[in-house]
Amino acid sequence: MSMIEINNLKKSFGKLEVLKDINIDVQSQEVVCVIGPSGSGKSTLLRCMNLLEEPTGGDIFIEGDNLTDPKTNINELRQRLGMVFQQFNLFPHMSVMDNITMGPKRLKGKSQAEVRELGTKLLEKVGLVDKADVYPDNLSGGQKQRVAIARALAMEPRIMLFDEPTSALDPEMVGEVLQVMKDLAEEGMTMTIVTHEMGFAKEVADRVIFMDEGYIVEQGTPDELFNHPQNERTQAFLSKVL
Amino acid sequence: METIKIILEGLPTLLKGMGLTIEVTVISLILAMFIGLVLGVFSITKFKVLRAISTAFVDIIRGTPLLVQILFIYFGLPSVLDISLTAFAAGVIAITVNAAAYLVEIFRAGINSIDKGQMEAGRTIGFSYGQTMRLIILPQAIRRMIPAFVNQFIVSIKDTSLLSAIGLAELTLSGQSIYAANFHAFEILFAVGILYFVIIYSLSLFSRWLERRLDVA
Repeated sequence: MSMIEINNLKKSFGKLEVLKDINIDVQSQEVVCVIGPSGSGKSTLLRCMNLLEEPTGGDIFIEGDNLTDPKTNINELRQRLGMVFQQFNLFPHMSVMDNITMGPKRLKGKSQAEVRELGTKLLEKVGLVDKADVYPDNLSGGQKQRVAIARALAMEPRIMLFDEPTSALDPEMVGEVLQVMKDLAEEGMTMTIVTHEMGFAKEVADRVIFMDEGYIVEQGTPDELFNHPQNERTQAFLSKVL
Repeated sequence: METIKIILEGLPTLLKGMGLTIEVTVISLILAMFIGLVLGVFSITKFKVLRAISTAFVDIIRGTPLLVQILFIYFGLPSVLDISLTAFAAGVIAITVNAAAYLVEIFRAGINSIDKGQMEAGRTIGFSYGQTMRLIILPQAIRRMIPAFVNQFIVSIKDTSLLSAIGLAELTLSGQSIYAANFHAFEILFAVGILYFVIIYSLSLFSRWLERRLDVA
């Protein structure tokens, strides 16, 4: 069974058609990178995958469950989808530890001791154990994003969605975030990543999707897409960013 | 010396009035905070009917003078409905409704001032809209709203003096009843002013302390 199956997805904002006819299948443990010029609809696509944007048409299945069916319990389904934002969106009124543990504590009914242990484990994973009791405002951008990844992982999601996770970072902090994502990929996490980091996509992705003007123009292995792009638009885009 | 004697003689009555002023204010503001929060959340939902209810309430209450509202509730309503209100009840209703209308706007603006990424982050973890509002948005928004709340509280405290118009023996009417008998309006109104100032200044000090405390986190 596909982890994510998207059929004929359409999304409009008013008269503006952002996604025109999207079909995607993401398999278990697959790492998919979505690239494309700004305004191509790639972030909107990712945001449709957990219903932050409501599709105008088409179907999205998460592990076989229909996301767009009104009978689906969206709050329960979202627990299976971790999301990392460009702007981190940490909760500034809570310590790093509370940011990470409030989900499992409130939604999974875990005890304070259990979530504390889980939180510490996750902070070790992202290399920030010493920041457990710090507030987000006292962290660098790279540290914030690593906490945001830990927070998403705390719900033990089946799939991780990344929306341009390094775009708001100073260049010297990009590496530390990409390293955490690479570790996750190596552990077998199913991941969909909207990114401008072509080097990362080449190295880590199983499949790269190139989007433009609301369509998937071309997709393939990193080698196919980066070294032998078939479509003119893909070629034009890559010649600008590589 | 004469002045102080006049004030001291009036003091027991004034303090009683001051107690009533505080009582009306506290009850009204607690109720108004609740109504303000509910209608404030109404005003930012995607449900048109709820938004319309909130807008209509705010526009009507803000668009009419408080004194008219007080008289309407105390004299107007009982004349057509089969109810009778004490001056205290009518006063609480009027101050509540009036303060609530302004608090709706404070809640709305405060909640809107929180980045929408916070709501999205809460929802993606798996929290419902209500849970995200309660656990993530409101704790941040309310901190920002404190100065505006205090401002409205102060206005409402002073507004209670209008309840003298329906015979509620709060601080202002207590003063009037004293100088109506002893003709020392200057001394008594001076004392009345000081007592209002004491209430309001205490509130200001408390809010400054609260803001400093919350700022640490």
